Amino acid sequence: MIINGVTIDKTFAEAFPMKATRAIITAHNEKWAMISAQAMTGFATSVIACGCEAGIERVLSPEETPDGRPGVAIMIYAMGGKGLAKQLETRAGQCVLTSPTSALFAGIEGGKPIPLGKNLRYFGDGFQISKKIGGKRYWRVPVMDGEFLTEATTGMVDAVGGGNFLVLAESQPQALAACEAAIEEMKKIPNVIMPFPGGVVRSGSKVGSKYKALGASTNDAFCPTLKGVTKTDLSPEIESVMEIVIDGLTKEDIDKAMRVGIQAVCDLGAANGIKRISAGNYGGKLGPFHFHLQEIMA
Amino acid sequence: MTTLTFTLIAPPAQRVDMSPLVCQNLEGLDLDTIAAIELQCGKRKLRVDQLFYINGSNTQDILIADSTDKLDFIGKELNGGSISVQGNAGAYLGMQMKAGTINVSGDAGLYAACEMKNGLIQIEGDAGDFLGGALPGNRQGMKGGTVLVKGNVGQRAGDHMRRGQILIEGNAGDYCGSRMVAGTIAVMGTVGRYAGYAMRRGTLLLWNQPQLSATFNDCGSHTLAFLPMFFASFKSLNSKFADTSAAFNRVRRYGGDMAETGRGEILVRI
Repeated sequence: MIINGVTIDKTFAEAFPMKATRAIITAHNEKWAMISAQAMTGFATSVIACGCEAGIERVLSPEETPDGRPGVAIMIYAMGGKGLAKQLETRAGQCVLTSPTSALFAGIEGGKPIPLGKNLRYFGDGFQISKKIGGKRYWRVPVMDGEFLTEATTGMVDAVGGGNFLVLAESQPQALAACEAAIEEMKKIPNVIMPFPGGVVRSGSKVGSKYKALGASTNDAFCPTLKGVTKTDLSPEIESVMEIVIDGLTKEDIDKAMRVGIQAVCDLGAANGIKRISAGNYGGKLGPFHFHLQEIMA
Repeated sequence: MTTLTFTLIAPPAQRVDMSPLVCQNLEGLDLDTIAAIELQCGKRKLRVDQLFYINGSNTQDILIADSTDKLDFIGKELNGGSISVQGNAGAYLGMQMKAGTINVSGDAGLYAACEMKNGLIQIEGDAGDFLGGALPGNRQGMKGGTVLVKGNVGQRAGDHMRRGQILIEGNAGDYCGSRMVAGTIAVMGTVGRYAGYAMRRGTLLLWNQPQLSATFNDCGSHTLAFLPMFFASFKSLNSKFADTSAAFNRVRRYGGDMAETGRGEILVRI
């Protein structure tokens, strides 16, 4: 399949089941809600080393938030419920509780409830106050700028992690520009995050390494500087490859995100140095969710 | 199905225990069976049809018409469905209620909503002492649900209250929120003396500055984020509390009762 001069490989991205939750951070204004959200989702690019994958889903208008202030929806994904709960609580405690004017609310109704502010309340040292409003429990924790208001729990649901596609370009700036265009469009899709910095990964990995201590190492088949010294998957004109990784609440959410992302890349087309779209495929061993590129773009 | 209506034949001479006439007890019963239920009236037991004309069929939607303040225990342990009281209700309205709604067009007597667990009670008129309180000797009053009183309430509203909310459009008597363990009492009118007496936790939300006991300490003026959410949750009520103009988030906070644990608060609109 070729779209606007860009070859779509007949391959698929492999993804795996994860657990996910969403939280809503509000603040006095969007600037501080975003600061808190960025802190909370920082160092959360890959479960391999971070314990979770997290990202900002979207900015919320005051009409969309529980307390009528500007807000940001963030999502966190982890391999299991315990890990997710731990990451959520740790990050909320360090990045939202501490952030000026912030409040924290559940972003997913239903699913299994996991603690959001339920244990953060103990920061109040006995001065915390519980309020049940509209059937939901909230905690008012006295802090130096006033009160930190937080919902006790949020919902945890089954989700899909690791959806991806690779952008193969003639130069590094062209690959980056294409990925930026893709991310711009993919951000408009609900229920997905692209957890890597700016949504783009330059260090796509393969499973395993020559070093026993490492479980993953550089994807040499897609490293352009190794074209002559390894079993490469790149043609001579490819100088740069970048990846976009997507976590979503459902397979369909990732389908949609991949479709608009790949389309945005293809819109730039071969004229802008974009030659191929491929995907992280590990022979079907990584996970049960397969995203066939050509089917998605059909 | 039409509303199951109990119309009082004549005002009873003695107090009547209405606790058997709740939706969950009447479910599936025909009118003859309901008519044969015996109610304690003073020291006698009277059949329902000796006290009431009965018509209608929906046991989950009950109307008590021409009610008087001699009818006690209306909606006791109600566990779903609705009871409307046309007129006044006696003591112990909605006592230990678990779910459902009770509407009273007139006044309610002592101990309305006492030890209530959940549901909604709306009283168009006044309510007596110990609204949402604990029965004498018990340590826990209202444990959940919402009580709305459009008129005034007597003394000791929310005594030993543990959870839930009491919304009072009118005035509250002395000792409002006494011995509260938690929960929220909101009073749009005035409160009497000794508000929050011996409260351990919980919130008294007041529209007018009360005369506070020496055991409440001024914590200053604050903008509290939970208040707009609190008011927003009342949007569906037929009440001044549902009016957006009633909402506020700026209050003066008084902590107390310092003679107790001091974790309670009286918030006064500013």
